[in-house]
Amino acid sequence: MTPIAKPPAPDAPPRGSADVFAGDGAPRGLRRASSYAAKVFAIARMETRKLRHDPTELLTRAIQPVLWLAVFGQVFAHTHAIPTGALGYVDFLAPGVLAQSVLFVAIFYGISVIWERDLGIVHKFLASPTPRTALVLGKATSAGVRALSQALIVYLLALALGVRVQVASSSVAGVTALVLLGAALFATFSLIVACLVKTRERFMGVGQVLTMPLFFASNAIYPIAMMPPWLQRLAHANPLTYEVDGLRALMLAGGSSAFGLPLDFAVLLATLAVLVSIAGRLYPHIVT
Amino acid sequence: MTVILDAQSLTRRFGDVVAVDRATLTVGEGEVFGLLGRNGAGKSTLIKMLTTLLPPSSGSARVAGFDLAREPARVRRAIGYVPQALSADSELTGFENLDVFARLYDIPRRVRDARIAEALRLMDLTEVADRLVNTYSGGMVRRLEVAQSMLHRPRILFLDEPTIGLDPLARETIWQHIEELHSTHGTAIFLTTHYMDEAAQLSHRVAIMRRGAIVVTGTPAALCEELGQRGQAEATLDDVFVHYTEDERESDDTYRETAGARRAASRLG
Repeated sequence: MTPIAKPPAPDAPPRGSADVFAGDGAPRGLRRASSYAAKVFAIARMETRKLRHDPTELLTRAIQPVLWLAVFGQVFAHTHAIPTGALGYVDFLAPGVLAQSVLFVAIFYGISVIWERDLGIVHKFLASPTPRTALVLGKATSAGVRALSQALIVYLLALALGVRVQVASSSVAGVTALVLLGAALFATFSLIVACLVKTRERFMGVGQVLTMPLFFASNAIYPIAMMPPWLQRLAHANPLTYEVDGLRALMLAGGSSAFGLPLDFAVLLATLAVLVSIAGRLYPHIVT
Repeated sequence: MTVILDAQSLTRRFGDVVAVDRATLTVGEGEVFGLLGRNGAGKSTLIKMLTTLLPPSSGSARVAGFDLAREPARVRRAIGYVPQALSADSELTGFENLDVFARLYDIPRRVRDARIAEALRLMDLTEVADRLVNTYSGGMVRRLEVAQSMLHRPRILFLDEPTIGLDPLARETIWQHIEELHSTHGTAIFLTTHYMDEAAQLSHRVAIMRRGAIVVTGTPAALCEELGQRGQAEATLDDVFVHYTEDERESDDTYRETAGARRAASRLG
């Protein structure tokens, strides 16, 4: 093997330095915003590519919504135990099951970050000039894409069960936005948990503890009015409630929102913004 | 020689443990610098500080002319980094792995594909670019990671144990590719290694770390000669290493580091 070249002589101009910042420099102004968006997109795209290479996950995840709608939903519809007003129980339940799928897809997202930390992938992302919040939003967006594939399954299932689903493009667009927003929110929450607990074992424990209360302290499978007052207060502080409320208005023909769609979207957006800024601060600590 | 990395008394404490103890070193533009030390000597912690992943407890450093603590974003644009653990994403193809990093480093669209093609060619991966990385051999994965880290033409490349877990033939190939990268782009290289032959082969200068402190720095030849003058004729870099580190307790090695190294080794093997 040839011996390695010696370093350049003291007076030689540094090689390669001229073009280093020419095309690859830090963008400014408007280009900075588009560069930020491009990075979020690049990370989300990478995650969805993985899904395309191996889509089995999407199928296994479809089982749970089937059980809730086709088994739980049918039984409770039959007993008329839950007062759901003008809506039939399965109609009432369908948006709740969609929200639940969104929650379940997103809430274990943090574990993939712990896994990537153990592999060294996160180190390389953090050593790149990518804003921390862009790394977080990229992950959050890809959780949204996964959740959308669940939405498709829930829609098909709901149609098969005779739920009166709205298929107007405006309501589908609204549902898409809510699904992306909800998945991003819970995925970011999951990333925060991952950054705090740092190991897979602890994450699994904490994840289990958080998921069920989030689900049961919401309007997903029964109306808030049925709950004891203490639980009602929890449900009102739970972002999943606003996700379900918005979905109920947009997904169903004859569905309506208890809080109003503007409030649903505002609560979800504001919560997401706060969580992303927290996660952006915590993310670098996952490697220390 | 222009200085590309200048670290002054860089220190990192974890509670009462001093992982890196007042490390002072410089690396010149285009220089290959080898950092040697036993497991747990503080090499990876030092690299994490120099790549902005870990803030120093005290001390300072300038990398590519930028202050590590005050201008981390600029430092990140100027450096490339290959972590010790295998960091290419095995569920993506080689090309996809490169493409995402080209985007994260703001490489303009008009040159992106050309840069990726060049990196693939230099690392001999053009043929396998569209295969999933989980079908690659350990040496190919490492080459892909070096390719990822050079897309934005960094001025200094940090390689943490680049040949850990590789068989001798694959190591030799990695060396050749690192040398080719160095001679093509003149990139300065900062590498850590356990292998003395690797350090002697690749590095212009080496430093030896012991319990977090840098105990000696010099060219491999000078260090061997110095030991020779102390009565050990025909000293090799191995002898130099043993001379400076033999009293170090092996228990300084942490479980997590060992687990990480084994995991990397098993994925490569």
